[in-house]
Amino acid sequence: MALVLAPEAPLEDWFTDLDVLAERSPGFFAGRPVILDVAAVTLEKAELTKLIADLSERNVRVMAIEGAEPQMLGLGLPPPLTSNRPDSEVEVPDLSPDEPPPPPPKPSTLFVETTVRSGQTVMHSHGDVTVLGAIGSGAEVISGGSIYTFGALRGRAIAGTTGDIDARIVCRKLEAELVSIDGFYKTADDMDSALRGRPVQIWLEGDAIKMAALD
Amino acid sequence: MAKVLVVTSGKGGVGKTTSTAALGAALAQNGSNVVVIDFDVGLRNLDLVMGAERRVVYDLINVVQGDAKLAQALIRDKRLENLSLLPASQTRDKDALTEDGVARVIEELREKFDWIICDSPAGIERGATLAMRHADMAVVVTNPEVSSVRDSDRIIGLLDSKTARAESGERMPKHLLLTRYDQGRAERGEMLKVDDVLEILSIPLLGIIPESEEVLRASNVGSPVTINSPTSAPARAYAEAARRLAGEDIAVTVPSEKKGFFGKLFGRRAAA
Repeated sequence: MALVLAPEAPLEDWFTDLDVLAERSPGFFAGRPVILDVAAVTLEKAELTKLIADLSERNVRVMAIEGAEPQMLGLGLPPPLTSNRPDSEVEVPDLSPDEPPPPPPKPSTLFVETTVRSGQTVMHSHGDVTVLGAIGSGAEVISGGSIYTFGALRGRAIAGTTGDIDARIVCRKLEAELVSIDGFYKTADDMDSALRGRPVQIWLEGDAIKMAALD
Repeated sequence: MAKVLVVTSGKGGVGKTTSTAALGAALAQNGSNVVVIDFDVGLRNLDLVMGAERRVVYDLINVVQGDAKLAQALIRDKRLENLSLLPASQTRDKDALTEDGVARVIEELREKFDWIICDSPAGIERGATLAMRHADMAVVVTNPEVSSVRDSDRIIGLLDSKTARAESGERMPKHLLLTRYDQGRAERGEMLKVDDVLEILSIPLLGIIPESEEVLRASNVGSPVTINSPTSAPARAYAEAARRLAGEDIAVTVPSEKKGFFGKLFGRRAAA
């Protein structure tokens, strides 16, 4: 494994930063092979030679150069890297093509016939959730799709968790602590107080949660 | 056929122990054989409210762990011979309760009594879940304020999921007992109204106990309010609640302090 140094213009500032780093961790560069990536700076051959000399003054040994024009390099300078690809740091597991990922389950509606009480969580990742009762204060309904409640919504309704921007939340009486669609949320404090206690539908428009009374 | 009743609330200080004592005494006054059990191991109070603290020898933990026989631990009330108390231990904690042990004690009590009333500790941990575990029905004690109502909602959820009855797919009857209710303050918007609480919790109403200094006075002399001052407003409310528990159909009222005047009639049906 080699360390890549990528100088940035202006070089004086970059060297100052490098010196600070070297001072903080003495011996950091000692004995380490270093690849110099000069893609971000434009240098003449003489400047490049000076850069490498300045680096060796700081005990940095350049074993190869990357991102330089061929005419800049020559005898007396480190060779260019033949492969231009840096090694990836994590091993990518081999995905065998004959094992396709399982298809996502078909969306279905979860039907809750009772009231969701405080402290209870109803979670349904693939499809809508319909609650015939209320969703109590401190209760939580999490749905991949939309959430409909025929009672009061006093707890949290978190819809569209699988990225469904068309998900909606509809309730007969809005007293929610928090509503969320596709990660965008609104707490009770941010809701229009004129909507409280009324039947309301909630949807997403761009990055904004929209709410409107149904009556 | 014995009935196991749990008096529970989630929140502390709303009147579980007071209500257990008052309802137990009222049921006994009507002729039933009643035992009240204190499940608040480590913080027992029911013995004090029942005025039996000087007669405790063995307790629930001793019976659960097999160190004492049930008959040795039961304390018979001095005023009502068909009312008994099974006290909690003050020196142990809730971990000393075992599920099998509690089941065995409840089974044994079912043979001796008509009503087994379990006074649940506050919270939703081991003590509270074991107190409700074997219940046939529940009384949820709630004060007319939002934190108490939300905690009650939480407890109702647990009653519907964690009790033996719920796990076997049976219905768990739950009744709301609204305590420390002050009609004047509710009308001025300083506390929740009965209808607000009923709408949120949506369980049948067993009774409304008015805020009264009689309750505190009764606790301090170690006597359930239904025995200590049976004509007071809270005592009459508890007595009516006890009759509804036994199956009588009486409209729920808010008894007022003035004798003979039964407050405003709500016209609400009592718990079935």
